[in-house]
Amino acid sequence: MIPPMRKLTHLLAFALAAAAAFVAGPVAAQSLNVDITQGLKSATPIAVVPFAQAEGTPLPTDVADVMRADFNRSGKFRALDKKDIVEMPSKGADIQFATWRLLKQNYITVGRIVDAGGGMLRVEYELWDVNRQQSMLSQAFTAPAGDLRGVAHQIADQIYEKITGVRGAFWTRIAYVTAVGLNRNANYSLIVADSDGYNPQVVARSKESLLSPAWSPDGRKIAYVSFESGNSAVYVQDIGTGSRTLLASHPRGINSAPAWSPDGSKLAVSLSYVGNPEIFVIDVASRQERRITNNVSIDTEPVFTPDGQSIIFTSDRSGKPQLYQTSVGGGDAQRITFSGGFNASASVSYDGKQIAMVQGNGNVYRIAIMDRSLGGQVRYVSPGNVDDSPSFAPNAGMLLYAASQGTRGVLYAVSADGLVRQRLVLSDGDVREPSWGPYRQR
Amino acid sequence: MNKTVRVTLAALFCVGAVAACSKKAVKTPPPPPPEPMAQTQAPTNDGAYTPESLDTVDCLRQRTVYFDFDSNEVKPEYQAFLACHAKYLRDRPSAQIRLTGNTDERGTREYNLGLGERRGNAVQGVLAGQSGQVTVVSKGKEDPTCREHNEDCWSKNRRVEIEYTAK
Repeated sequence: MIPPMRKLTHLLAFALAAAAAFVAGPVAAQSLNVDITQGLKSATPIAVVPFAQAEGTPLPTDVADVMRADFNRSGKFRALDKKDIVEMPSKGADIQFATWRLLKQNYITVGRIVDAGGGMLRVEYELWDVNRQQSMLSQAFTAPAGDLRGVAHQIADQIYEKITGVRGAFWTRIAYVTAVGLNRNANYSLIVADSDGYNPQVVARSKESLLSPAWSPDGRKIAYVSFESGNSAVYVQDIGTGSRTLLASHPRGINSAPAWSPDGSKLAVSLSYVGNPEIFVIDVASRQERRITNNVSIDTEPVFTPDGQSIIFTSDRSGKPQLYQTSVGGGDAQRITFSGGFNASASVSYDGKQIAMVQGNGNVYRIAIMDRSLGGQVRYVSPGNVDDSPSFAPNAGMLLYAASQGTRGVLYAVSADGLVRQRLVLSDGDVREPSWGPYRQR
Repeated sequence: MNKTVRVTLAALFCVGAVAACSKKAVKTPPPPPPEPMAQTQAPTNDGAYTPESLDTVDCLRQRTVYFDFDSNEVKPEYQAFLACHAKYLRDRPSAQIRLTGNTDERGTREYNLGLGERRGNAVQGVLAGQSGQVTVVSKGKEDPTCREHNEDCWSKNRRVEIEYTAK
């Protein structure tokens, strides 16, 4: 059983430091409150035993807690509740398999944290198959105490991959926009956080709206749209240094909807200085613009396909918004969505096989996933009614999207089968425009 | 407090925070709700509008055009007051207007930016004006005046606001 409303609160210190470093005045980024709103009984059971640690100062992070939350969020696993863990083995040799078979666990993880000297900790873990009583993984990480959450996510990723055959995406980051206050008193922040919402860090702040953050493929930069000049403009900002460049700011019309090419050398955007919104590709190094679409309709929300050869975008050339695909070389666009009166804001899975989108029918807007191998058939992964901005995790096992709760904007992380949903909510204000970052490099 | 004093205070206050105040200085009062235009005052026959007309002439004080869902059609009831603003632009070639297009919350943020611009362009088409007199900015669904999820609220958000950046 997954507890229905497990509230976690975050440390603010990291966010404060980040705010001071990047922007004019130090203002704290509010942390997100995270709760699991729905569990899944059919998922694979796994026991994550609390990691043994030496006597002394308590560690800032319970590694096993972080891993359990990751597994539960994924929809693929169901972690045994901490309170139901009755034995505390820390090595494979100490596991009493009969106990875990009785608890109906398929897998068990044990581990220990030891002092590695020089302010570093060594985190060792083992994954065992309960029924076969076989070791599946035995690995170690060395890291400072402040990075134990990162270590926990990396262990969860290795276990996820070993059992499912799919790379884990827990050790990744997400970006989103927060809006606190209304109208003239509004403050917008672009935030980067861990995939579970921890460690929020302010990337940019504005009195005017921020939207459409997009991660560079190397995870070092974020392109986004800001209205701080009075009109929309596309910026590219280095997350580590805070340095920022203006990529598109035509005085006339919209400059919006940035999306990176898979090799990071180009950005697709929607610009309307030509009279109406059209898709352009901008070379990041030379700033040269190349027009891709030429149609009197609204053409926006471009995304590259994973092979970098095509662009999928939203257009209302048929009357209502639908998704179209065109070659990056230009030429005719093919319509690819036919069910639903409104289809927009595509997010493409890493293998190009699935396209998540906002699908509107009447006044109900939900997140739908189209499997391209199934002839355009869609499945819904969100309940509506004003859901927006789907963004696949890099392994396509989960998605983030924006939704509304009363008059407040909230985010959800949902498993790709739509069965497990976790809410990320700001205690004061809106959170919106989620974007899931790429895999991280150690 | 009379207007002159208020303006002076605003100007003093602005010394320390130019960016924030320059926006406030040109911001129009909240738009009135849409209403029938039957008794709209036509421009006076005896001459051209003056900057004072913007505060005193009824039809020039109307600054918001509302739209149907997913539509950029400027409905007939708005033509009369837009005609007053069009005349103002003709009478005062130095006057400048910024049209800000907005939408309701339905649909994606980026698509709504396009829709807001389309509405702004539609109003610009009615106003005509000389080159450079009218600019269009779209805020899509970024600046709602109302945040409920119902048609009454949506209808208030589907709008183009007229703002004089030079009188």
